[in-house]
Amino acid sequence: MSVSLKIENVSKVYNKNIALNNVNLEIQAGEFVCLLGPSGCGKSTLLRLIAGLDKPTRGKIYIGERDVTDLPPSRRNFGIMFQSYALFPNLSAYENVAYGLRNRKIKNRDIEARVDRLFDMIKLSNAKKRLPSQLSGGEQQRVALARALATEPDFLLLDEPLSALDAKVRITLRKEICRIQRELNLTTIMVTHDQDEALTMADRIIVMNKAVVMQSGTPQQIYDSPGSSFVADFIGSINFLDTSLPVWDSLGFPKGKIIAIRPEKVKISRERGTGSVHGTIEDIEFRGFYDRITVKISHVLCDYVFVYADLPISTARGQNFQEGEGVYLSIPRDETLQFESETTNMAERKKK
Amino acid sequence: MKKRNNWLRRFSKEDFVRAAAIYGIIVFLFVFLACPLVTLFVKAFQDKDGFFVGLAQFREYFTSKAMVYSISNTFVISISSTVISVLLAFVFSYSLSRKNVPFKSFFRYVGMIPIFAPTMLLGIALIYLFGNQGILTALGLKIPLYGKTGIIIAESIYCFPVATTILMVAFSAADNRLYEAADTMRTSALRKMITITIPNVKYGLINAIFVTFTYSFTDFGAPSVVGGNYNVLATDVYKQVVGQQNFNMGAVVGMILLFPAVLSFFVDWFTNQKQSSSISSKSVPYQIKPHPVSDVAATVFCVLVSLAMILFFAVALFASLIKLWPYNLTFTLDNYNLAKAGSGSGLAAFRNSILVSLISALLGTVVTFLGAYMIEKTKKFYISRKIAYFLSITPLAIPGTVVGLSFIMFFNAPSFGIPFSEYALINPLHGIYGTIWILVFANMIHFYSVPFSTATTALKGLDREFETVSESLAVPFYRTFFRVTVPLCLPAICEMGVYFFVNSLVTVSAVVFLYSPTAPITSVMIVSMQGAGQTAPAAAMCMLLLFINLAVRLVYEGLRCRSAAKRNV
Repeated sequence: MSVSLKIENVSKVYNKNIALNNVNLEIQAGEFVCLLGPSGCGKSTLLRLIAGLDKPTRGKIYIGERDVTDLPPSRRNFGIMFQSYALFPNLSAYENVAYGLRNRKIKNRDIEARVDRLFDMIKLSNAKKRLPSQLSGGEQQRVALARALATEPDFLLLDEPLSALDAKVRITLRKEICRIQRELNLTTIMVTHDQDEALTMADRIIVMNKAVVMQSGTPQQIYDSPGSSFVADFIGSINFLDTSLPVWDSLGFPKGKIIAIRPEKVKISRERGTGSVHGTIEDIEFRGFYDRITVKISHVLCDYVFVYADLPISTARGQNFQEGEGVYLSIPRDETLQFESETTNMAERKKK
Repeated sequence: MKKRNNWLRRFSKEDFVRAAAIYGIIVFLFVFLACPLVTLFVKAFQDKDGFFVGLAQFREYFTSKAMVYSISNTFVISISSTVISVLLAFVFSYSLSRKNVPFKSFFRYVGMIPIFAPTMLLGIALIYLFGNQGILTALGLKIPLYGKTGIIIAESIYCFPVATTILMVAFSAADNRLYEAADTMRTSALRKMITITIPNVKYGLINAIFVTFTYSFTDFGAPSVVGGNYNVLATDVYKQVVGQQNFNMGAVVGMILLFPAVLSFFVDWFTNQKQSSSISSKSVPYQIKPHPVSDVAATVFCVLVSLAMILFFAVALFASLIKLWPYNLTFTLDNYNLAKAGSGSGLAAFRNSILVSLISALLGTVVTFLGAYMIEKTKKFYISRKIAYFLSITPLAIPGTVVGLSFIMFFNAPSFGIPFSEYALINPLHGIYGTIWILVFANMIHFYSVPFSTATTALKGLDREFETVSESLAVPFYRTFFRVTVPLCLPAICEMGVYFFVNSLVTVSAVVFLYSPTAPITSVMIVSMQGAGQTAPAAAMCMLLLFINLAVRLVYEGLRCRSAAKRNV
């Protein structure tokens, strides 16, 4: 059975530090939601509040229709998975999965059947008797998933579950988790700072920064129409063009706005086009399936700026651009995003 | 009414179990640690009739010539023993951790032997070596044993293992990258020592100095055997309290004994905070490079120290196995006859000693581990946990003599007058006075902090999320405690039990104030046997305790190796 969750005006203050500031969220039954944001943004705090490991300073938390704000974790019926797996090292994989079932009044035969079914689900039936130390990281995390699912929870909480794994294992496990989540139609909330993980796995991403929710939407919405320069910058790569600089005068954008464009949308060419800007190639970075070209644009009236343009490897091979070469950049207007000028964000960006 | 229900709803059944455990620990430490100490404190400011006299007794104490003499004696002893034993321990642990010395673990174990024996054993060995009819005296090596020299030698050996343990830990935390960087700059060995090694072990060294100082400042065993007329504070306090029944003056001396220990407690706390940041996770362990000259020198030093150690214990063993030194050198096991020892109470004393040590080990381990678990792994009860933590590390600052003193003052009183009233509170715990239980509780408090730290370290090594996972699975915490936490901490738990047992068996300083003729124990009996001139039987009893402790340790080491091997399969 799967439930909906509601977070209502929730704030959390730790020793005068605001960890969460008036957060409101509704999560549908069966939905896979990712809490995404830089470290310290409050995403883990929010997860802990949902789990009942901490109490909100203000606000209410509902599971289904039930107000659970004051309930201890043991009465919330959820499963949880951690970055560290947190498998009990002295118990076999089997006993780990059966752990939550043992103190309930369930017959041994039924426990066995349920645990066996879970091992089939995580495709580790041959590893039941092994100790966690005899399993690989990915296998351990699967066992942790089975353990979390054993008690038939109403919802699943994942706290950066893939961060400790190798890149390859991470990708297979992503798919596994998604498959199982869909199969069970289980409401799932995952905390991550990895945007790829969020984009590939979630039905909905909730981007957080500095204790508040910045934006909530499907991966596509978040990527294609970020609601703020922070979100645009955090998800994927993006160029910010400060239109108050004279370099961009020829493009004819309104002054005082921040124009943003993803590097893959920037057009680069040896021929001059209408509304294009001239620059020189500063650097070409090989990134596997595409090249990232850094173009330096100078103007007599101001300092230079850099713009990134991503070129699919097939195009890049054909064009064969060289470092130091003069090129023209054009910024397709309908591919750009516009934000109000936010000085703080720009300053932060420069620091990076 | 509804509000109250809401409040109750926040607490699950488990929370009540948790609360019971935490408050249980706090009550235990309050009754057996705080109350006796407060009584001692109050007594120091009262006269014999219980009237408040302010600092009058301190004034009396510090103006009495004999007392000032004891204080200066105590300082002479502690400073000399500290210098000698820390210097020896420094070179010893440096040799073992930074030089190519063969048979390292053998040397380490030999250096640890004094921990397993009562301090009186060192005194007895010294008498057989340097006494009026000592072996070395007969060979022409004459030293004025009774008094200062004897105490200093005995204390230096007694403190050597603890200083070595602290310094070994300090030396093991080295970053080889610093030495490699120095080598690429062709730094001389002396300069590396001064600029890298010493600063690196600085805090360990400071710690070793303070702990050694406190140990020798408050030890009772060695001065009682080889002290002669050379009075020190620890023996003074015994004479005041047990000899003259002057509890109030005893309390004053107790307060003075507490002083260096409290100081060392804060130094330890301070250095611990500093030390944690000195080595990063990226540090590379020290690589010992061969250096023929210094390797040989280090080996020779370790051999000499170990020979001296072995000599002491061999002499004590020898003393216990012959009839009457130096007149009748026939071999005998008579001295080990428990039925005859201590004018007939030997058997009872031995049985009590084992019993007290076993119960102290069992109860002590349960209480300290449970306490450490509650403090480390509970989220609620923040303030109570802080109080429990503070009470748990306080015994580190309380020397055994002071534990004994404060216990006798608190538990000996049938009732306590309530100030400014005619009423008195009956002391419900007066009943344990004169039984072995007061010895058990004294040992538990006296040795509380080290096992507590062992448990805390072990618990900190467990994933913090185990508790969270169990909560999410609605498994009560005590189930996870027994099924996961205890099995995983079993090596640490055994270590704690062995620590309690070994120390309880040989300790004198606390229990010398508390034992009663109806419940004698061996370690105290040794003191009185030695006082009555029965040196050979006293040596035999010391050896007996040493053998038992070594056996316990060996069994434990054996089990540990076996289980470690099993885990690696």
